[in-house]
Amino acid sequence: MYETPILQVKNLQKQYGPGCCHCNDLENSMLEKNFCKACGTVYAVRNLSLELYPGEILGVVGESGSGKSTMMQCLYFDTDITSGAAYINRPGKELENVFDLSSQQKRFIRNHDYGMVYQNPVHGLKMNFSSIGNIAEKLIAAGNRNVADMEETAKRLLTNVHIPLHRMKEEPENFSGGMQQRVQIAKALSNNPPILFLDEVTTGLDLSVQAKVLDLIKKIQRELQISMIVVSHDLAVIRMLADRTIVMLNGEIIEEGLTDQVLEDPQHAYTQQLVYSLL
Amino acid sequence: MKAKTHFAFFDEGSKKEIRRATLKAVAIPGYQVPFASREMPIARGWGTGGLQLTLSLIGKTDVLKVIDQGSDESVNAVSIKKLVQDTTGVQLTERTEEADIIQSRHRIPESELTKNQILVLQVPLPEPLRPIEAREYKTKRMHAEDDYSGAWLLLFEQIMKYGKTATTADHPVSVKDRYVMAPSPIPRFDNPKMDHSEALILLGAGREKKIYAVPPYTSVKSLAFDDYPFTVESFEGAHCHLCGTADVFMDELIDHDTGTTIYQCNDTAHCMDQLNKQEEVEVESIYV
Repeated sequence: MYETPILQVKNLQKQYGPGCCHCNDLENSMLEKNFCKACGTVYAVRNLSLELYPGEILGVVGESGSGKSTMMQCLYFDTDITSGAAYINRPGKELENVFDLSSQQKRFIRNHDYGMVYQNPVHGLKMNFSSIGNIAEKLIAAGNRNVADMEETAKRLLTNVHIPLHRMKEEPENFSGGMQQRVQIAKALSNNPPILFLDEVTTGLDLSVQAKVLDLIKKIQRELQISMIVVSHDLAVIRMLADRTIVMLNGEIIEEGLTDQVLEDPQHAYTQQLVYSLL
Repeated sequence: MKAKTHFAFFDEGSKKEIRRATLKAVAIPGYQVPFASREMPIARGWGTGGLQLTLSLIGKTDVLKVIDQGSDESVNAVSIKKLVQDTTGVQLTERTEEADIIQSRHRIPESELTKNQILVLQVPLPEPLRPIEAREYKTKRMHAEDDYSGAWLLLFEQIMKYGKTATTADHPVSVKDRYVMAPSPIPRFDNPKMDHSEALILLGAGREKKIYAVPPYTSVKSLAFDDYPFTVESFEGAHCHLCGTADVFMDELIDHDTGTTIYQCNDTAHCMDQLNKQEEVEVESIYV
C-alpha cells in the first residue's frame, strides 16, 4: 500500500515576463540558464512537481538563483504563480487546487495548515510587537479569542524553543538573530500545522546556534510528526535533516532521491560539482 | 468687494459629491468611503471632515449643535457654529434635544439621541488597522478580506503589557459583524451608545478624506477577548460637583492648592440641563 502525500505539487511554473516563441516551448527552448535572451523573460520555477509525505522532511538544495525561495513563496501564497497546481490532503478537499482558491481561503490555509520560517526573521515577525504577541497573532488569525489560552500556548512554545519566559514580552528586535529565528519557529508551530516550510533557517547563524536550531527542528519532526520542506544551500544541513532531497538548477528539478543517495552518488553533473565543492 | 457665498458655503456640486459618499457609507455600515475632502476655512485636523458633512446635510429649518469634547463653548465649537450660521442662517442651540444635527468632537452626548437627529463625529484617524499596517492598499485589502487579526493583536499586546485593554479612546468596534471601525476618539464610555443608536451616526475624516457611518439600529460591538470583557471607564462613587449627577462621563479636576479631586460633567449641556431641572423643582416647591 502506498502512502498518500500530504502535499502534492504539479507542474508549478513561475515566470517573470510574458514569454515568447523562443522560450514558450519547454522542451527545446533557447534559454540562457533561466533567462530568455529574446524577450527578457525569467523562468524562476519551471515545470516543478513534487510530493511531500506525512512526517517526512524534504530537502531542497541548489545554488543562489535556482528558484528555491521562489518555489517556497509560491507554495506559501506569498507570490502569485504563473501556472500549476497543488493539492493538500485535507479531509474532503483533497482534489482542490489550492492555487485556484480565493485569497480568503488561501489565508485560511496559511493560518491552519501551513507554517513558514523565513530566512530573514523580519519577514516572518512583527519586530516591534512582543514575542508572545507575535505567536498570538497566528492564533488570533485562526480564530482564537481567549487570552489565557493563547498565553499558555505561546509560553509552551517559547519554552520548547528555549526562549526564557522572562523575555517573552520583549520585542524580537531586541533579540539576537538566533533567538529571533527560534521565535519565528515557535510562531510557525503555534497552530500545529501539518506542513512547515523552512527557508534557509540556519543561514547567517553561528555554528552553536545553528546546531540548536537544527536540533529543535529534528525534535519537532520526531515528536509532532510535522512534514517539512527545508530549503538550504548548506549540504551539511540537508544531510542532517532531510529524508529525501531534490536538487534544483535554473528553476528545474534536476535530481531527486534519498538524501544519502543524492549526496553519496550524485548523477547529474551539477549535483556532482555541488557535492564535491563541499570543503 | 464682498461676494455673496453659496448657501452652506459649498457649491451644489460639492454638496452632491459629499452626499453621495454619505449615502454609500450608510449603505455599507462601517466601511470607509473615500471622498474629495475640500479645502475649508479651518485647518485640516480641526474638524473639516465633520464640518463638510454638516454643511452638506444642513437645511434652512435645521437646528445645529456643535460640541468639542463635551463643551458647547470651546473655541473650536464656537468657530464652527459661527461659520455654519454665517453661511446658512440656521438656528443654533446648546440643548441636545432641540438639535437636528449635532456635530461633535470626541464625545457622544449624554442624553439619548432620537431617530430625528443626526450625529456627526469628527475623525482624526479613521483606519483602525493603521498602527499595524502603514500602507493603505494593504489595509483596504485586509478590510475586504475580513482580516482583522491586526486589530485584535493590538488589544492583545495591551493586555500583555498592562494587564488590561488600555485604549483610553477610539476603542475599535465591529459594525454589523463585518467592518471593524474606529469610532473616533470617543471614550470607551460612549462606545455602547453607538450600539443600536436611534440616531444616524456619520463620521468624517477631512485630512484622511474618508466618510463612514453607523445607520440607525445597527449593532456596534466593541472588540474584546472572551476572558477580558469590554469595560467602560468607571466613575464609581464620583458625582458632578455642580449638578450632582452620577453615571455620566466626568472630568477629573485637581485643585493644586488643596490637592483635592473634584468631578464635573464632561457634557456641559447635560450639566446645565440637570441644574435647570433642579431649579425648576426648587422654585415650584417654594411658590406652590
